[in-house]
Amino acid sequence: MYQERLKIDWLALGLWAFLVLFGWMNIYSSTYSESSAAVFDFSTFHGKQLIWMAAAAVMAIVILFTEPRFFSNTAYVIYGVVMVLLVLTLFIAITSHGGKSWIDLGAFRLQPSEFAKFATSLALAKYMSAIDVDWGQMRTKVVALAIIGIPAVLVFLQHDTGSALVFAAFVFPLFREGLSGGILIVGVAAIALFVLALLVNKYILLGILVLLAAGYLFLWLNKRTSRDWWRTAAVLVCCVAFVFSVDFVFNHVLEAHQRERIDVLLGKSDDLQGSGYNVNQSKIAIGSGGLVGKGYLNGTLTKADFVPEQHTDFIFCTVGEEWGWLGSTVLLVVYIMLLYHLIVMAERQRSRFARFYGYCVASILFIHLFVNIGMVIGLVPVIGIPLPFFSYGGSSLLAFTILLFIFIRQDASKNQLL
Amino acid sequence: MADKYSDRSRVIRLIFIVVGVLFVGRLAMLQLFDPEYRKAGDRQALRDVTQFPARGFIYDRHGQLLVHNEAVYDLMVIPRMVKDLDTAYFCQSLGIDRADFDQRMQKARKYSPYSASIFMKQISKEEYAKFENKMFRFKGFYISQRTLRIYDRPIAAQVLGYVGEVDQADLDRDPYYKRGDYIGKSGLEKSYEEVLRGVKGRRVMHVDVHNREIGPYAGGALDTLPVEGDNLYTTLDADLQQYAEQLMSNKRGCVVALEPSTGEVLAMVSAPCYDPNLLVGRIRGENYNKLNADIAKPMLNRALIGQYPPGSIFKVAQSMVALDLGVITPQSGFVCDKSLVGCHNHPSATSVREGLKMSCNPYFYQVYRRVIQQGKYKNIYKDAQYGLTVWHDYMMRFGFGQKLDIDLPKNGLSKGNIPDTAFYNRWYGKERWAFSTIYSNSIGQGEVTVVPLQMANLAAIVANRGYYITPHMVRFYGPDSVRNEKYLERHETGIRREYFEIAADGMYDVVHVAGGTARRARVDGLDVCGKTGTAENYGNDHSVFICFAPKNDPKIAMAVYVENAQGGGGTWAAPIAGLLAEKYINGEVKRKDIEKYYMEVEPCQKLPLTRRVKKKK
Repeated sequence: MYQERLKIDWLALGLWAFLVLFGWMNIYSSTYSESSAAVFDFSTFHGKQLIWMAAAAVMAIVILFTEPRFFSNTAYVIYGVVMVLLVLTLFIAITSHGGKSWIDLGAFRLQPSEFAKFATSLALAKYMSAIDVDWGQMRTKVVALAIIGIPAVLVFLQHDTGSALVFAAFVFPLFREGLSGGILIVGVAAIALFVLALLVNKYILLGILVLLAAGYLFLWLNKRTSRDWWRTAAVLVCCVAFVFSVDFVFNHVLEAHQRERIDVLLGKSDDLQGSGYNVNQSKIAIGSGGLVGKGYLNGTLTKADFVPEQHTDFIFCTVGEEWGWLGSTVLLVVYIMLLYHLIVMAERQRSRFARFYGYCVASILFIHLFVNIGMVIGLVPVIGIPLPFFSYGGSSLLAFTILLFIFIRQDASKNQLL
Repeated sequence: MADKYSDRSRVIRLIFIVVGVLFVGRLAMLQLFDPEYRKAGDRQALRDVTQFPARGFIYDRHGQLLVHNEAVYDLMVIPRMVKDLDTAYFCQSLGIDRADFDQRMQKARKYSPYSASIFMKQISKEEYAKFENKMFRFKGFYISQRTLRIYDRPIAAQVLGYVGEVDQADLDRDPYYKRGDYIGKSGLEKSYEEVLRGVKGRRVMHVDVHNREIGPYAGGALDTLPVEGDNLYTTLDADLQQYAEQLMSNKRGCVVALEPSTGEVLAMVSAPCYDPNLLVGRIRGENYNKLNADIAKPMLNRALIGQYPPGSIFKVAQSMVALDLGVITPQSGFVCDKSLVGCHNHPSATSVREGLKMSCNPYFYQVYRRVIQQGKYKNIYKDAQYGLTVWHDYMMRFGFGQKLDIDLPKNGLSKGNIPDTAFYNRWYGKERWAFSTIYSNSIGQGEVTVVPLQMANLAAIVANRGYYITPHMVRFYGPDSVRNEKYLERHETGIRREYFEIAADGMYDVVHVAGGTARRARVDGLDVCGKTGTAENYGNDHSVFICFAPKNDPKIAMAVYVENAQGGGGTWAAPIAGLLAEKYINGEVKRKDIEKYYMEVEPCQKLPLTRRVKKKK
């Protein structure tokens, strides 16, 4: 039997508990009506969520009492099982919300893509912590990319673009382990160029790029070498090619509803009844909250079905409307605190597996937070992914809890793990 | 565990914090610095419904209901909220066509896409019942209940007035009103608007995205109940009013009947009349235009706004002034000298009483000359100035030359004209006029004009033997029976009672003694005292008659005016006044044949056509 005394990180656990409970309060509020106010009515959303919360708590306890090495030892097995599940999903899934990512299990529905996140984290952490793995080798990069890419593609094939996008989160742990920082810069630059290419006249944009390149060469580099010339020229050519490809990607690769969502975000379309409806309503709901909000259960818009997907992806509206700017800020602070703390925890791990896994947890949660809240407040195009621990949904709550608690478990016995 | 990439931990943490700060800042923008979101939120989730109070009822002096209400429904629309509307189904439910729908929507949108405006006015209870249960399918539409006026007895239209939508001036004047509200536009509805209207209530409802009401917002904390308007208890006698309108049918003119002891208006008729139900509901606009275009001006209240030469009835006032000044005595006699002013054939009058009875023009020429040229100054012009000033002062005490303070809208009320020295100085120049210039006033012609209400008031003054109480329409209003103090106050002419007895005797003779000019006003058993007038005018003369009855302890005083009648005051106005006195005092008229004759006959010249407006149903 396992004998070591657990050193559980109570801050992380406390923040988790806060988010789950506060999340449930807001689910209750957003689906609240005078006629169905009973808390333990399990036919309601808040009732069902209670069951999921109980399941998640049980799962958390089970994980805390599991031998920590179990996860690193079985990482590939878990990964393999989930990949099979993902493939299976492609064939037996029911269609819901335009995606095919749900398996109907009778009493409830399961979304395997939610579980793919921690499975991939485990597998990638396992792979990256192997003694013979060196990021410098091409083989490592290919294998790592494959571990991330397989579930990402499978999820994408389920028409769940949002969840597929989450796999970009692994950039952060890889960056921590040696992936060139350039990829972050390139990523940000690409997004910026994409947006500019859609907003600004293409030739003006090209002119600006050429000027920037020229300025870079003449002003900031005193000792120019031919390498600088070539490199700058290559970057410029890539940028130009990218700008010209934006139109093609935008019009031929993206689907119609994705194009509209981007147009709405960029202010190029204001079809408030159609594609812009969700975001507009969500902004109105949040904006109408003011400084201190309308009070718990007193939201006028979120109670009246003005915001679609209120209890799932747009749950943050309820917080914004009923708790105001102060409440929203508190919630954001709690999230950022948890993320920051997870990084601190990751850095104190003695095993590379645990450290890498910790970064994976923080990064996945971060991408969810960034995309979900960014979408609700109109900074990111509408991409339907849940707010971790907060949104209604059993699979996501359970999967996020497993994701987090495996790490808390690793951390609890960090001194014994090398 | 430090390694060569451990610095990168900070980069990642920095990214987390930057994103957190960015989001908090963005939230501050939405929640703290842009009030538009709050407004937009309230606009779509809250429905501010005005609850219109029922307007107060109007009763006659015997408690008979004249004006009450019926419920109608306004279909309101908030254009921006209209969503997924099955237009064909909607139009079919309302019984309108697509073009009409587009036009109405356009109008509403033009007013404001975000605020409620009326899509369709005054839908009857029956029509409303038909589509009430379909309302949930029409997002952005809702129903607002209102009341409309109903007149069970279609009488006294000009006095009661009508109710209409507020105009820009009303909105600017009183913030109580909102666009689309109703307000009294004329008559009692206007002058007692603040009594009748009550207080609007407000109901703020929380509605969901499907436009269904979820419940009261904030637990109903913002809601107020409407307070019903107060009832008006008028001085009108509905039966007398109706009878007077019947007698005045096919004629132009007016009737004002007062209770002399109280100044209460028993009847006020302006002919041609119209059915007040014409100016209610959706037919109002069309009928209003028709009535307004009618050259017989049925919407004017002639009894208040008409300024007529008083004709011979003015002789009553003239004789009182002269007697009080002492320039004549009750026994003064003047020869009927037709070279001074035209007259009919009769023996010369030897007393004031006879002068009144025979309505001798030269007699009152002499009387008025003595009033104007009193001999106080050698210069006849100065003398005339003095005389006119004195006379003018007397006339003002009779209520002439000023707006009588009746409780009807002042803009529908005329002053009449009693010329003063300034008037003639302006006209002829200072000291360029004397009695010989203005003698027409002596017999109620010339520059003198009076309003029918003032004529009736003159009858009341004689009936009271020297004073009047300002004529008024409302005895009291509201549950506390509020009365207006100013309608209890006596206005004295300051002329001795015994002179008014002479006037009363003269007026008695006019009706009852051979040679009197108004024998047709006689009613057996009633001492009707009256005075005829025949006011010269463009076209045929106006037929004028004032009277009161009975002679002692008078119950009614009135003025009857028939425009452009072919015949003098004795021919048309006097018999109508007699019938009215009989009706009011005896309760019924025995002389059915005479009654029938005067109801049907058309004395008016055909010059201005009186078009009748049929009620549209």
